[in-house]
Amino acid sequence: MKLLFLIVAFFSILSFSNVNANLAYITNEKDNTVSVIDIKKKKVIKTVKVGQRPRGIIMSKDGKLVLICASDDDRVEVREAETLKLKYHLPSGPDPELFILSPDDSTLYIANEDDAMVTVVDMNDKMIIDDIPVGVEPEGMGLTNNGKVLVNTSETTNMAHFIDTNTLEIIENVLVDARPRVAMFTPDDKEVWVSAEIGGTVKVINPSSKEVTHTIGFEIPGVNEESIQPVGVRHSKDGKYTFIALGPANRIAVVDQQTKELVKYLLVGQRVWQLAFTPDQKTLLSTNGVSNDVSFINVDKLKVEKSVKVGRFPWGVVISPN
Amino acid sequence: MSAKFFLFITFTITLFFTFFSETRELSIKQLEERKKADIERKKEREKRGKKSFQKEITIKSEIVFISKERELPPVLSNLDPILDDEGFYGVKLAIEDNLTTGRFVGHDYKAEFHRILIDEDLDSEFEKLMKQGKKFFVVDFNEDELLSLMKIPGIEDVLIFNVRAKNDSLRNENCKKNFFHIPPSYSILSDALTQYLVKKKWKKWFLVTGPDKNDKLYSDALKKSAKKFNVKIKEEKIWDFSSDLRRTAGKEVPIFTKGSKYDVLVVADEEGEFGEYLAYRTWDPRPIAGTQGLKPSSWHRTHEQWGATQMQNRFRRESGRWMTEVDYHAWTAVRALGETITRTQSNDVNEVQKYLLGEKFGLGAYKGVKVSFRSWNGQLRQPILLAAPRSMVSVSPQEGYIHPVSELDTMGEDEPESTCKF
Repeated sequence: MKLLFLIVAFFSILSFSNVNANLAYITNEKDNTVSVIDIKKKKVIKTVKVGQRPRGIIMSKDGKLVLICASDDDRVEVREAETLKLKYHLPSGPDPELFILSPDDSTLYIANEDDAMVTVVDMNDKMIIDDIPVGVEPEGMGLTNNGKVLVNTSETTNMAHFIDTNTLEIIENVLVDARPRVAMFTPDDKEVWVSAEIGGTVKVINPSSKEVTHTIGFEIPGVNEESIQPVGVRHSKDGKYTFIALGPANRIAVVDQQTKELVKYLLVGQRVWQLAFTPDQKTLLSTNGVSNDVSFINVDKLKVEKSVKVGRFPWGVVISPN
Repeated sequence: MSAKFFLFITFTITLFFTFFSETRELSIKQLEERKKADIERKKEREKRGKKSFQKEITIKSEIVFISKERELPPVLSNLDPILDDEGFYGVKLAIEDNLTTGRFVGHDYKAEFHRILIDEDLDSEFEKLMKQGKKFFVVDFNEDELLSLMKIPGIEDVLIFNVRAKNDSLRNENCKKNFFHIPPSYSILSDALTQYLVKKKWKKWFLVTGPDKNDKLYSDALKKSAKKFNVKIKEEKIWDFSSDLRRTAGKEVPIFTKGSKYDVLVVADEEGEFGEYLAYRTWDPRPIAGTQGLKPSSWHRTHEQWGATQMQNRFRRESGRWMTEVDYHAWTAVRALGETITRTQSNDVNEVQKYLLGEKFGLGAYKGVKVSFRSWNGQLRQPILLAAPRSMVSVSPQEGYIHPVSELDTMGEDEPESTCKF
């Protein structure tokens, strides 16, 4: 019986991946659109009008739903991945910016930038079940693989808040550098990396002791210190590299995930913001807000291969999981 | 029939603008609705019986905001309301921000607001507060008032944050180690503007200076910047007409601006006594910059980059009006204190002062880069916005102006030029 289920599941995934293969969805903050890129062809295949000021974008684990933070509409849009047709809205609290789904897709955690809250939404009932007061201008959201610990960063309070997803209460607060933007657990959950845009650093925190174990700084010849502003962080699953988008420095830093040492800087478009891996981890995409394009990075060769024009101020990026 | 059609068109156009407007400018009604929703949310949360995280309070800090009642100068533009609460909401919001952080680290903050009336003596009122043991002061005073404050016995034992006076003397010969200056000085503003005008290759100026003391100081700073960046001042005039320009500007300005060839009319008129009436009336078709037209400032209504939208919205929700420069300075002062107390775990005057002037201090203040203090004169180091009334034009320092420490230090007096000795 179990086997049968697995086979069915396998085939359903297969058939789905045929429809949905290799698509990247980009939110264009100033155009109120989402650009869809065919990753194989490296081409925009369609552009869809969405709610106002779209920023954070994620997908359900099965790749069927795309969720978009329409920040100026104060709600989250849920769209069909295939057609990008609006299915329904989720209540989000004011000014949703970034969010994350629990591993079973049942709970959505939303950072309300304008409201110093993390809003918790039940995906089945489509209802707000709780909100957690955090620091001023919450943004980054990181979750452990088992979904038990949520880390939220607050831009003006300069903290990483560790939240127990069971009790929905804060366990601990760790001071980081100025304007923390993204929190990302390593694949083994043993570290959480927090980027600080204005501080110009990435802090590595041990989630059990809540201590900062490393502070990663960046120095680029010919680029002034003030324009090095780390935002997007992505760890490769094999534990080899971590990619850090450096904003107006127009570069992505490649850091050795184990030694925390710098491997290389990759020159991409202007004001590089968020990053996403393809499911096979062979390609990394970056949104470049000011040059209005998306860069394709070959992860094995650590090389930028192409840039693709999208809408105005591309902000978030998500890639279909299958 | 045609009337109906017209209505339909109007309706469609309105709809179009409602849906596709890009700005986040909220109407007063929307702001009220948002406030109501916030209260509802709070009630819901209380119903669920959950408490916010609160660490036990170990440090309590009090911050005093003092403003001064003033005789109102006559103004030409009747568009802007005359504000008597500048700075107040800036402090209020920053205290809330500090308290939010404080909850997580066990720090408490309180603000006290004082307004000194015209008949009252500023120094003695101030001394009263010092005697009560107050240590941190955010003051909305002018240059003379600050100079007088500096003479109060024991003033060295408190920290003063200037949120209004742009005078260079306060950052140079009259500087004091415990006086921090949030507003950009006249020379910072003039350098910021000059860098941009040079980039545009508008290097021939017609400089018009207003009748007030501060106009002259701003104008002096502009002349210094012109020299520094190799700009030629082709013509220089003092505006000393006293007539109401609302009726006569069309006649007076063309003749006043007739003269040598120049690229841009640069004006120093802090109170707005005539500057607004220069545009479109000059003899030659020339742009206006300075205190009117393209204006360098620390904060502007059109500023929306680097999270400024969030600040503008929070401010408008709280106050029902736009954030002014003084409001922004007050917010920055109180946040600078909060940031320091959070990082140093101390509210001791000496420790705080040392940290603020040190290299470690850095604050996110919606300017894209961190702001910090110049260790040699207590001036806040910050990017300067160059804005037209309805659009942001540029942000200085301009690209290409390089500095070994911080490019922000290409504006205003750098360490070797400063005459401040702590």
